[in-house]
Amino acid sequence: MAADASTAPIMPSAPNSGRASSLQRLARRRSTIAVLMTIPLLVVLIGLVAYPAGYGIYLSTLNRRMTGFMEGEWLPNGLGNFEILFESETFWAVAWQSCIFAISAVILKALVGFWLAHMLHHIPAKGQRKWRGMLLVPWVIPPALSTLGWWWMFDPAYSSINWLFQVVGIPQVPWLGEKWWARLSIIIVNVWYGAPFFMIMYLAALKSVPEQLYEAAAIDGATSWQRLRYVTLPMMANIISITVLFSLIVTFANYDIVRVLTNGGPRDLTHVFASYAFQVGILSGNIPRGAAVSLFMFPILAICAFFVLRGVTRRNKEQM
Amino acid sequence: MSATVATNRDMPSLYGKAGSLRSERRWALVWAYISLIISAIILLTPPVYMLITSLKTSAEIADQKGNPWIVRNPTLENYWELITNSLFQGFFINSVIVTLVVVALTMVISILAAFALARMRFWGSQVLATGVFLTYLVPDTLLFIPLYQIVGGLGLLNSIWGLVLVYPTLTVPFCTWIMIGYFASIPKELDEAALIDGATWPQMLLKIFVPVALPGIIAATIFAFTVSWAAFVYPTAFITTPDQMPLTIGVVSQLVRGDVFVWGQITAGALLAALPPVIVYAFLMDYYIAGLTAGATKG
Repeated sequence: MAADASTAPIMPSAPNSGRASSLQRLARRRSTIAVLMTIPLLVVLIGLVAYPAGYGIYLSTLNRRMTGFMEGEWLPNGLGNFEILFESETFWAVAWQSCIFAISAVILKALVGFWLAHMLHHIPAKGQRKWRGMLLVPWVIPPALSTLGWWWMFDPAYSSINWLFQVVGIPQVPWLGEKWWARLSIIIVNVWYGAPFFMIMYLAALKSVPEQLYEAAAIDGATSWQRLRYVTLPMMANIISITVLFSLIVTFANYDIVRVLTNGGPRDLTHVFASYAFQVGILSGNIPRGAAVSLFMFPILAICAFFVLRGVTRRNKEQM
Repeated sequence: MSATVATNRDMPSLYGKAGSLRSERRWALVWAYISLIISAIILLTPPVYMLITSLKTSAEIADQKGNPWIVRNPTLENYWELITNSLFQGFFINSVIVTLVVVALTMVISILAAFALARMRFWGSQVLATGVFLTYLVPDTLLFIPLYQIVGGLGLLNSIWGLVLVYPTLTVPFCTWIMIGYFASIPKELDEAALIDGATWPQMLLKIFVPVALPGIIAATIFAFTVSWAAFVYPTAFITTPDQMPLTIGVVSQLVRGDVFVWGQITAGALLAALPPVIVYAFLMDYYIAGLTAGATKG
């Protein structure tokens, strides 16, 4: 990566001892400066990420009043919060809903984004800028605010979508009132917000596929499907996996859309980990249990993060 | 668009000799435009519908008869009421203060650190660079409860300074990461030349790296700006007093009064709140997109 071998050219192996010692002093000074320059970063990373992470784990072991460890019945002392969550039906519903939501939303975003990028790539380069600018608008509006607009469009009494449905003769839909419709609504809003991001990533990747490969494929008589399958997809595989995993992290941990659109309702059936943790930890005031809920996100996030990092490192190596 | 005209002009030859490839291309183009138009309509509908609603009077919104997609008596009343509303002005000022301070802090922290990580090798620099990327992948919803306790312990709950304290966790890792990438792409001959001319490290950073990596700095600044402007989890958790709220949570929580939804004002407020990032995007789209794609391609 970046820091590799960066100092090599500045350090000639000069036999002259006087120069060498001054260079050594320079090097010493440089590393001191470097450490000084990274101190603010370290303060942020340690003070606001690493320390809160450890503190969160500690918090999750406490009882509600935070006077001592939360006792468990069958789990060891300190894991009582996890035990209660394991036994709670609501919690399993939340875990289940988080997975349904994240996986289906990410798949849809990836498909829609790929399709949009492909369509954009087809049209002449001059018009691409304009279209790209227009299609990225959902990503630019802060999601908490655009979700307000969706909420209004899903409003039970005044739903403008239902009005359109009525015009073309489709039955009315209870968007936010029924379990599966409410879940679908959240997915729709998330796909609407996130698909443009996929489009931008895929478009950048599509542009980096050398044109000669397509020419060669065309000469070999490849159909457009074969070109997609054997040229485009393999060339884009890495960026696709990075984007999908990255989006999986963000979507899995999503909070704003659920908070604004349904606030967990109807009957807590649309809560995801983040909104449930908020409900339990901040709104109901059970900080330790809230911390325990959000810790459940950690394993899946860690797995995704590991693969993202691997993908990015591999990509950098290819580009070197 | 000009290319469509060009292909149309070539049409006669399509029907003549083996023009199957060309006609295939033409159909692909038509199909591409059709799908782009449809998706643009779908993607732009929610903001447009918000605009439509924000231009209506409350009476017109409440009227269930007729087409909700058209405005019969357009009015700017909703906007005017918000702009003259001191609570809403307060949200706006809070957002501006928090965002400006956070962006400034972020850029100083990340440029300094990225310069050190990209150019000066020191013990642990590799690990630190990886750590920066990993913290970028930590979502805000994972740590907001311990941070709530920490901010509360410092007595900064219900204060915009509590937000200023925690927002860097959202902005610093990504900005540092892409700045490392931009700095690393600067040829080393430049710093060698500067060193030979007797430049000190601060001079080298300010006179060479910052100007050369300016596009990256703009992209990182835009990212920091949009993220702090749109942040939602932290202000929702940390702030309950209306006078300290930034715009996002202010619009979402305060414009809804009890069970009465003043939709004209809510949509107007949401659009006004979304305006700054949209304006930045409209004028600096290329930098914005460079920042978006940089996460996976730079560094």
